[in-house]
Amino acid sequence: MKGIVWKSSPLGKGVEMPIYYDTEVTSRLMLGTAQYPSPAILAQAFRRSGAGIATVSVRREAGGARAGQAFWDMIRALGVHVLPNTAGCHSVREAVTTAQMARELFDTNWIKLEVIGHADTLQPDPFGLVEAARILTDDGFQVFPYCTEDLVLCERLVEAGCRVLMPWGAPIGTGLGLNNIYGLRSLRAHFPDLPLVIDAGLGLPSQAAHAMELGYDAVLLNTAVAKAGDPAAMAEGFARAVEAGRLAYEADPMAPRDMAAPSTPVFGKALL
Amino acid sequence: MKITVNGTAQDTAAPTLDALLIELGHGGAKVATAVNETFVPAALRPEQRLNEGDRVEIVAPRQGG
Repeated sequence: MKGIVWKSSPLGKGVEMPIYYDTEVTSRLMLGTAQYPSPAILAQAFRRSGAGIATVSVRREAGGARAGQAFWDMIRALGVHVLPNTAGCHSVREAVTTAQMARELFDTNWIKLEVIGHADTLQPDPFGLVEAARILTDDGFQVFPYCTEDLVLCERLVEAGCRVLMPWGAPIGTGLGLNNIYGLRSLRAHFPDLPLVIDAGLGLPSQAAHAMELGYDAVLLNTAVAKAGDPAAMAEGFARAVEAGRLAYEADPMAPRDMAAPSTPVFGKALL
Repeated sequence: MKITVNGTAQDTAAPTLDALLIELGHGGAKVATAVNETFVPAALRPEQRLNEGDRVEIVAPRQGG
């Protein structure tokens, strides 16, 4: 698929892009496929964002409906990597069985592992998440865990075999942005070489830029794009913000300070 | 024999999961299956016997975040 083309950007060929397990993905955007006004608008959003990964799910199919086949054909036509999820699973068993069904349906070992622990916040169940991650890793899956920014949880997930972490910025679908900057910064510092993706909670491109400025490798979006008045335009807005934030991170930003410091030289000012 | 398919009670004479899928119109469809919360790979469906009270899940690719 032809993604967005950055005519004047230094980020292009030869620049390091995120590697998830053994797969290099030439985009720092992952995009969900749910809640768009139409399949055509979904496809436009993917084109204008240049997203390299599409998240998908598995749901019950009625006899003779063949809705799954139609959806799968559309996703394949996008030409992106597919990351199935275990959305809505509240137990280890549910998540593991869902992952196994997803692996067969989508023919991939990738799984975005969600084990939800709290109905109102959709906060991950850290205990179930680690257990499910271990079971799935042992079964040959490459697990992308939807987690919180808790350092101890993330260490356990890495011990369980995860080679990418996907902490939330804020609860799914809220658009609140990055709720715990300190925690996310600590996580980046603690795992300097592991791909880190902000999954969930972003509502605006500025928030995605902030995530990239913190050194995150990518962001995953769905509601912020799909529920915008113009999803395709918002998708491109996010893509530009991700690009800007990453450039800023690689450019080594200045350190903030409390006191003002004149930018114009003091020396040589006329005495009047 | 009474079983449950995707949460709905169902009467079937299908002896196997494979036969049930054909009976319900899923023959050749892109679906994945579980019986009693355990994944059943497509290759094993012909051997998966169905019993009274079994809970069958039939899923397909869908939109997701």
